[in-house]
Amino acid sequence: MNVIELRDVHVEYRRRGRSPVPAVVGASLEVGRGQIVGLVGESGCGKSTLAQACVGLVKPSGGAVLFEGKPVTPLTRRSRPADERRLQLVFQNPFSSLNPRRKVGAQIADGLRIAEDRADIAQGARVTEILQQVGLPAATADRFPHEFSGGQRQRIAIARALAAAPSAIVLDEPLSSLDASAQAQLANLLMQLRDDLGVAMLVISHDLGIVHQIADQVAVMYLGQIVETASRAQLWREPLHPYSRALIASIPHADGAGHLPSALPGEVPDPSRPPSGCRFHPRCSVAVQRCPADPPPVFALAGDRTAACWLQDPAEHAGSALGPPQLELPAPGT
Amino acid sequence: MASSDAPLLEVSQLRIKLPTPQGLVTIVDGVDLVIEAGKVYGIAGESGSGKTITALSLLRLLPQGAVVEGRAMLGSRDLLALGRSDLRSVRGREVAMVFQDPMTSMHPMIPVGRQLTDHLRAHLRTSRANARRRAIELLTDVRIPDPEGALRSFPHQFSGGMRQRIAIAIALACEPKLLLADEPTTALDVTVQAGIIRLLDRLRRETGVAILLITHDLGVMSSIAEWVSVFYAGRVVESGRTADIIGDPRHPYTRGLLGSLPAFGTDAEAVPQLRPIAGQPPSPADRPAGCPFHTRCDYAEDRCTKQLPELLQMTGGRGLACLVDPGAA
Repeated sequence: MNVIELRDVHVEYRRRGRSPVPAVVGASLEVGRGQIVGLVGESGCGKSTLAQACVGLVKPSGGAVLFEGKPVTPLTRRSRPADERRLQLVFQNPFSSLNPRRKVGAQIADGLRIAEDRADIAQGARVTEILQQVGLPAATADRFPHEFSGGQRQRIAIARALAAAPSAIVLDEPLSSLDASAQAQLANLLMQLRDDLGVAMLVISHDLGIVHQIADQVAVMYLGQIVETASRAQLWREPLHPYSRALIASIPHADGAGHLPSALPGEVPDPSRPPSGCRFHPRCSVAVQRCPADPPPVFALAGDRTAACWLQDPAEHAGSALGPPQLELPAPGT
Repeated sequence: MASSDAPLLEVSQLRIKLPTPQGLVTIVDGVDLVIEAGKVYGIAGESGSGKTITALSLLRLLPQGAVVEGRAMLGSRDLLALGRSDLRSVRGREVAMVFQDPMTSMHPMIPVGRQLTDHLRAHLRTSRANARRRAIELLTDVRIPDPEGALRSFPHQFSGGMRQRIAIAIALACEPKLLLADEPTTALDVTVQAGIIRLLDRLRRETGVAILLITHDLGVMSSIAEWVSVFYAGRVVESGRTADIIGDPRHPYTRGLLGSLPAFGTDAEAVPQLRPIAGQPPSPADRPAGCPFHTRCDYAEDRCTKQLPELLQMTGGRGLACLVDPGAA
């Protein structure tokens, strides 16, 4: 069973006196047990909105968000259902998500208290244990967040999420704003937590490079839609959607060869006035006649991957000599 | 260093101390840089290594109470010793700067056009109509769609990438000889970043402007900079041609930085673990004795804790500040 499952999720932001902005338009995504799924895309593509919909911070206007098979309750004035405490969120900026006036140990103990539903459990030892899991010394508990660097603070934020004994953590840009070596340390930590504790993670990032490093599965998002999903190696070896290809080609490589990265022309369009047909067609270098007219469905393709691009239409390729990436019917129930 | 003609800018033994509650703290500690016209010179390193302070010192934009030693010769003039009026004629005219966040470097309530033309008219004393014509030319040059409309727009009406293009247009308006670019692509998406990198490279080739590029991203560095200096704790630990430094890093810190990057080109099912540098960079007020990197270095020996390694010149214009030199063949 998938820990997190998104089925055709729509999210709209209402504006006074104007039409609502559709930020997410029919996104489906699965995160399996003990799996890291990376969600990549440019700013404004709706990836953070989708992350917030995942944990119930924004209310979807359509579709379903399931955590361990049950619908996630959008956050209201009432306390969060106990079951959903095993679903945690880590924000991009640990400077603003940690309480600056409380000691680190106390903030982690809050998580423990909530998870155990009791106020009197022996917390000291458990706090130390959790700090060790994220690679921080026990003395961290008696200090304040401002005494730590960005990378260490992000570890503290992750420790606080771990205190609730989560089965899934959604991390919104956990690695941006960190230096290369701090970023690498944290990337290794996330992989280690997945392997040791079996925590599933949905990692939102604009950096395909780091997602390529840590994720088992990758979903590529463009203007509110998921345009491609594939395993990490598949996506890198053979990206099927032109947008995924453009993302990969724009990464500058530290190889000393002095190659300029390829730029993707144009800008991300205004989500309240999306282009007709395929939303990517105005920036696409291989668009065909059909693309501005018909929005492509999400095609299920061989190798358990998907792509929303007419050029990947299995029906189109059925008779051609080149052939599609081999045709495979989606298994029932997936 | 490399070419036979005189360099555009020669920085020697730059030392910068900044006032802090703990007294004066050395941020930059004896840096040498040689920048040639029409080339991109990169400064790489982690936050707090003194990259930005080095660039700011060249335009004398350091906070009050800063103590600066050394020389920065732009032709026959020392940027660090210019008088007030000379400084005015150098800033923006001969040396210009682009910052990480164009939203904070542009005035939010003045139309883009006036920010471009004011600057042109002040330095070049040209007429309003000429300045306007030149502004349109500049915006076209940095590929802003509808430049005439853009002149009437405010900075917030543009995306981050477009704002950075406009900031570059403003910086290049008076055809400076040197452009200081401090993390110009860090706040941008990778697709937009690629466009800015290509733009800087084209401007360098077409106008002959030299660019001092500060970035922590070795990928960006590798794609555009011809020369690079790697900063650690306010010192240059390794310098040379970018292809040499990245292809064959000698300093343990440079090796650590490269080991921290995700491996590309591997489509294997299992990705190798990253090999980050252990620990954190030292705070400037509390730098260790001897080689400042020895506390995090895998190759450190006893002498590294006592002796400060000098940047020694090697063949091919390379420099290395390491007593051990584990990368030596």
